[in-house]
Amino acid sequence: MNKLVANAKEATKDIESGMTLMLGGFGLCGIPENCIAALVDKGINNLTCISNNAGVDDFGLGLLLQKRQIKKMISSYVGENDEFERQMLSGELEVDLIPQGSLASRCQAGGAGIPAFFTPAGYGTEVAFGKEVRYFNGKPHILESALTADFAIVKAWKGDRYGNLIFKGTARNFNPLMAMAGKITIAEVEELVEPGELDPNFIHTPGIFIQRIFQGEKYEKRIEQRTVRQRLT
Amino acid sequence: MLDKKGIAKRIAQELQHNWYVNLGIGIPTLIANYIPEGIDVEFQSENGILGMGPFPFEGEEDADMINAGKQTITPMPGASIFDSATSFAMIRGQHIQLTVLGAMEVADNGDIANWKIPGKMVKGMGGAMDLVASADNIIVAMMHTNKRGKSKLLRQCTLPLTGVRCVKKVVTNLAVLDITPQGFKLLERAPGVSVEEIQNATEGRLVVEGDIPEMQID
Repeated sequence: MNKLVANAKEATKDIESGMTLMLGGFGLCGIPENCIAALVDKGINNLTCISNNAGVDDFGLGLLLQKRQIKKMISSYVGENDEFERQMLSGELEVDLIPQGSLASRCQAGGAGIPAFFTPAGYGTEVAFGKEVRYFNGKPHILESALTADFAIVKAWKGDRYGNLIFKGTARNFNPLMAMAGKITIAEVEELVEPGELDPNFIHTPGIFIQRIFQGEKYEKRIEQRTVRQRLT
Repeated sequence: MLDKKGIAKRIAQELQHNWYVNLGIGIPTLIANYIPEGIDVEFQSENGILGMGPFPFEGEEDADMINAGKQTITPMPGASIFDSATSFAMIRGQHIQLTVLGAMEVADNGDIANWKIPGKMVKGMGGAMDLVASADNIIVAMMHTNKRGKSKLLRQCTLPLTGVRCVKKVVTNLAVLDITPQGFKLLERAPGVSVEEIQNATEGRLVVEGDIPEMQID
């Protein structure tokens, strides 16, 4: 098994306008920086992006929004991005806001061959419009469908050419779930290691879910809210 | 009247030993600073960490270690990290004993609205809908009135809902109230606040029975 490609440009070469993409990350934590930059360079548009957030004005998916490359966003939280809010309120951008846990489970279901499931989240709210309601144990639940994508793009800490991945800290978030749900899944890693170096007991994403992997470069890993405490002297 | 810290201090008194707790963004985050002595709790942040600790020391910030408010944090000894689906399994599966979140409006039947002002502000619900739909024990931490002095404790929410009939308790700068079938039941007054002031600031049904004690806060 050798899923190694040279770089983000090669990994994203057949992503075309109008496709549906999943992009891992929570805020700016654990986002595939290299592939996002490659998509900006490619200049394709009319993309549907499934991602928990939409970056900030000048980083992450915000870079694709600025260039009007995104037609529709499927997300749970889009604060912290003025351009996003402007495009959404003016109707230029289609937005499907869904509860965060439902988003996670919809990606996981898409990758796991489960077409739909019932969840209590969103019952009695706008999110439930047009969705089947069923009672289990006396409580109302709504039917949510699985999500899949033409390409899923994830970012990991370490990986090998088999596609095995390990994530670091809370950069894990949506990445392992989206990795399962892409027809083609691209993984960019901070550190590419030799097969056997990663302990099989501690693999977060088994290589079967990954079709392409490359070592990324120049990770900025921007911090959205830098909060610190004072040292007691 | 309480400030935001006071609200956090009062809610901290609700914490019980060995509870897992999810704190929302804003006032709820402050609660972690006022855990009562002898009470051991673990904080969950829905982006994927259990055992969330304090902010890092300056120079030790890690971009890969944040909470759901995207703030840099540290893990406590015994912390664990997981993906978003596992995180919401903890939440929907009712493995978390207490959820505290902010709100724009709460109705006297327990409905809550906190994610959207149509035509003006749309940030999204994040994890709030999953949290309120499943948690057994939900406390709302908020100011009693909005910036224009209008009550946020209503007969019915006017904004798009986050969840229905889910809030159990509300702690504001003026009062502690339970949600009951008869409406908001006044349990405690903030220091120096009269029952009449609370009545005037509450648009929803308010139940006042007997003498209402003042909150005990250090």
